[in-house]
Amino acid sequence: MPAQRLFDLAKTIRSKNAGVDRITFDVIFPDRATYERVRHAGVLSREAVCRIFHIPPERISDHVAFDPACAIKFTIRRTIPSGSPGDADVFGSQQYGPLLDVMVPE
Amino acid sequence: MTVSIQHARSANRTLRIVCPNGHLGFAPIKTGSFAIGLASEPDLICADSGSCDIGPGPLGADVSCSPLAWQTHDLEHMLLGARRLGIPMIIGSAGDTGTNSRVDLYVRIIQELARKHGLPKFLVGWFHSELERPTLAARLEAGETIDGLDGRPALDAATLAATDRIVAVAGVHPYIALLDQGAEVIIGGRSSDCAIFAAPAIRAGFPESLAYYYGKVMECASFCAEPYAGKESILGEITMEDVKVTAMLPAQRCTTASVAAHAMYERANPFYEHVLGGTLDMTACVYEQYDARTCRITGPRFVPAQDLRVKLEGAGKLGERYLGFVGVRDPYTIANIDRVIAWARAQAREQYGENGYELHYSVYGRDAVMGELEPLRDRPGHELCIVVQAIAPTKEKAEEVCMTGLRQMFYARLPQVKGTAGGVAFALDEVLPASPAYRWTLNHTMRVDDPMELFETGLVEAGV
Repeated sequence: MPAQRLFDLAKTIRSKNAGVDRITFDVIFPDRATYERVRHAGVLSREAVCRIFHIPPERISDHVAFDPACAIKFTIRRTIPSGSPGDADVFGSQQYGPLLDVMVPE
Repeated sequence: MTVSIQHARSANRTLRIVCPNGHLGFAPIKTGSFAIGLASEPDLICADSGSCDIGPGPLGADVSCSPLAWQTHDLEHMLLGARRLGIPMIIGSAGDTGTNSRVDLYVRIIQELARKHGLPKFLVGWFHSELERPTLAARLEAGETIDGLDGRPALDAATLAATDRIVAVAGVHPYIALLDQGAEVIIGGRSSDCAIFAAPAIRAGFPESLAYYYGKVMECASFCAEPYAGKESILGEITMEDVKVTAMLPAQRCTTASVAAHAMYERANPFYEHVLGGTLDMTACVYEQYDARTCRITGPRFVPAQDLRVKLEGAGKLGERYLGFVGVRDPYTIANIDRVIAWARAQAREQYGENGYELHYSVYGRDAVMGELEPLRDRPGHELCIVVQAIAPTKEKAEEVCMTGLRQMFYARLPQVKGTAGGVAFALDEVLPASPAYRWTLNHTMRVDDPMELFETGLVEAGV
């Protein structure tokens, strides 16, 4: 099996406010095998998320593998609260773009 | 005729709630699936009407972000359904923010609708959630700590002074109190979304663990179903052993995947939900497919709190605001856009000084949406749009600062620019008035002795 883009493996990739000071990311897979494959590849680990978004580890407030939904979920602290001047994504709903191209090895 | 598509009622004691909308007013409900919900023997109709997602402006300015016509549309459908079936109707966090004025507005809408339709008399219960600044100031002066949430520092006097309006987030308590007093319609101030549904279930004797989970899964209506469709109704049923949730739109299903995925939605952690009075623990939840369109959930736990802590939300005004935008196509200018912005900022500084206003630049086509999280910010597109925002104490000043911040980009001095007849493209050579700028000043928690102490309740009559 060749390496594949997360875009082609995940059912849902989304971001959304989790309260006014944080943005949460959900990557949901269609089945357990794909979920386990991505999880074990480590491409969405805390360290990987820090690399993808160029952030220090302290910016990640939560990072969980959520078995019931076959999902990997992590939450990032905002630098300014939602809706403050300078914030151009009040709902936090367009922050997931860089995740689509994450490559998942075989 | 619309008929039920819900599974047969469980043999043991149940409480069924239909939820037509996850944020009443934000977009109108779809009435087809709501009619099916009403035909499925609900015991109550409940919906949340508030959200922090809309930003700090509506709370600060004490306005709704939803049009009155849409709010009235949804309330009318819910009220007529509830009165026809003779069942209670509960709305939480009225009018987007749950401020006192929004609660009073919804109560008036209910009274006007009752008059319009000649509904027989019924009792409307309401509660207010606003907290006066002096109340908090007195607590701070007494040395009490108002803890910050999500990494915020504890509240200080300066932050409080910069706050225009504060709401406290109620738990189940005022809803239960109003049901006890005979309210048949309840218009709630700011409250936890799940409390709207948990309250009648707890009052009816169902376990808190299942009742709070019931609220958690119901509060966003059809967002817990698949395929994705907003503003459609769902119907939930709680028993002493489980919670079941069913999609009312024939094209939708509540699956184990969709319901489990919903537990994660717009929250930092899928396992815990904090409310006034305790924490819902979903780590041991089990999701089963009950029938084709129904998911059954068992196993949530509820851990009562040692200390009663109420969440506070506050917004403070930063100033009046104007907006403008420009386009850029010259590749050299695009490569040096930060210098163009720096030039315009410097011109503003020369005219207005360092303080007393704010200028914000969002560079669309480079990193406006993601800011410093953007991994591709060094690869801008072949054309950019730059949105300029100016904030100042008066509209006149905001307009002038915005015009300076915008128009000076046209005159930016880049050493090697070939185009010497204007550095940016104007679609409109003007700046536009925007809503005043606010910021979230409070995202904190405060200790209370009694879960009702911040929430004044009342009853009024409606109908003829």
